[in-house]
Amino acid sequence: MLRVNGIDVFYGDLHALRNVSFEVHPKEIISMVGSNGAGKSTTLMTLSGILKSKVGEVFFNDHPIHLCSSSQIVAMGVVQVPEGRQLFPSLTVLENLEMGARFSKAKKAKKKTMEWVFQLFPRLQERRYQLAGTLSGGEQQMLAIGRGLMSCPTLMMLDEPSLGLSPILVKTIFDIIKEINEQGTTILLVEQNIFHSLTLSHRGYVLENGSIAMSGTGQELLKNQHIRQSYLGL
Amino acid sequence: MDLNLVLQLATSGFLLGGVYSLIALGLSLIFGVMKVINFAHGAMLVWGMYIAFTLMNWTGIDPFFSFVASAGGLFVLGYFIQRTVVNRIMTFHEAMQVIAMVGVMMILENMAQLIWGPDPHSPHTRYSLSTIWLGSVMIDIPRLFAFLLAILMAAAVFVFLKYTDIGKSIRASADNRIGALIVGTNVNRVYAVCFGVGAACVGAAGSLLVPLMPISPHTGFPFKLTSFAIVILGGMGSLPGAMIGGLIIGVAESVGSVFIPSSLKQIISFGIMILILLLRPQGLFGGKGS
Ligand SMILES: Nc1ncnc2c1ncn2[C@@H]1O[C@H](COP(=O)(O)OP(=O)(O)OP(=O)(O)O)[C@@H](O)[C@H]1O
Ligand SMILES: [Mg+2]
Repeated sequence: MLRVNGIDVFYGDLHALRNVSFEVHPKEIISMVGSNGAGKSTTLMTLSGILKSKVGEVFFNDHPIHLCSSSQIVAMGVVQVPEGRQLFPSLTVLENLEMGARFSKAKKAKKKTMEWVFQLFPRLQERRYQLAGTLSGGEQQMLAIGRGLMSCPTLMMLDEPSLGLSPILVKTIFDIIKEINEQGTTILLVEQNIFHSLTLSHRGYVLENGSIAMSGTGQELLKNQHIRQSYLGL
Repeated sequence: MDLNLVLQLATSGFLLGGVYSLIALGLSLIFGVMKVINFAHGAMLVWGMYIAFTLMNWTGIDPFFSFVASAGGLFVLGYFIQRTVVNRIMTFHEAMQVIAMVGVMMILENMAQLIWGPDPHSPHTRYSLSTIWLGSVMIDIPRLFAFLLAILMAAAVFVFLKYTDIGKSIRASADNRIGALIVGTNVNRVYAVCFGVGAACVGAAGSLLVPLMPISPHTGFPFKLTSFAIVILGGMGSLPGAMIGGLIIGVAESVGSVFIPSSLKQIISFGIMILILLLRPQGLFGGKGS
């Protein structure tokens, strides 16, 4: 479904990604883990078409999306829930959700999707006329995921959705990611919360200093000595 | 001091202030969304005036109707300028943006001079000199119309931004550019439409000024300076601030002419601007201490 083929990404002179390749298959949950500054967010921004790779290719259902604009990529169903949420603080919750559904397919399904989002996050429905900037951190994360769902993604990429949330809410968010996946959406999950995310995932990739260092099933990676030492402190 | 005179001046200043508000609304909208200061704003005002003037000469359509045409014409011009110039300089340092925008201003001003000539025109409308009395205050009909239509146009812009899809995208892109890209907004198109709407505001205002004053290629300059003062007074990028600020400056300039010759009336708006910068640099409606 998604095939990333040796991408290199730079910020000016800084070589942020080196020859990164990986694949995501339909209906999978894939984790991408790695320490701070490894290049995880850079990878997602490149897949979304907001950063451009210098070399390499990205194929989504065999379309070369590294040549597409970010709008075209969203319209094809590759949708990101970004790090730091990137909401529209002076728009209401409802308006934020609507901003997710601007493409023909998503627009047609808008009413139905919104019902589903409100069912997943009843809190958002209660607060639909509130400005997004006044929501709590957890509510903002719900809104960011909800806005992503409004675009009717076939591949949803989440960048550290559990960051800064209480343990109970972390569990809720992971349960919801699982539910979204069960409804047929493929998931690419970037997480610091390695234990949770690898447990949930079918497969995972480990990114170190801008390169893929390891890959395997979630269970394999969790048992790996290097990962246990470097990332789980065991 | 004659209270009646002050009331008279305040009223006429308030009415002209409505047009100031519309001019400043365009400037503030462009700045709020793109963080670019439109130095061509005065030149765009002049283009709005000439479009209305030309339509009046050719077809006899009154400027108070042709403001729609001026707004439309300036929307297209603004859209084009954003696509060709502004879009390329948006991420540049402010000092470099100024150079490009002053270049646009000079091109527009000199084109106007080339097309319509350097001499001032003072078109006459049927109602040029008609007035009504409100108690002891005399109200100019052309000013009253200009005020009402300016407020109508501004209200239309607010409705556009609040309720239409593209209006919501404009607000979203102003709020968070990365967020807008993430949801797949075509940010370039949104910016171009936004610049077009800002230009349409000032174009409509130009048309509304035609019955009130002579037109020449450089008429726009003092209005541009005044609208800078208004935007700073109201808060950079704040749209309600631009509206209220326009009315305040309109009244202040007009009433101030009791104390100083009206040819120096800009001392008033700039005095207010400097006071605001000293006492409340974010302006009346500016949110965060930016
Ligand atoms: N806009 C930028 N300009 C310059 N360098 C950047 C920029 N964004 C990221 N970098 C650098 O690129 C590298 C990868 O950053 P990235 O944000 O992708 O890391 P990450 O894996 O998402 O880290 P974290 O877990 O902390 O979010 C880092 O060294 C970072 O300093
Ligand atoms: Mg990151």
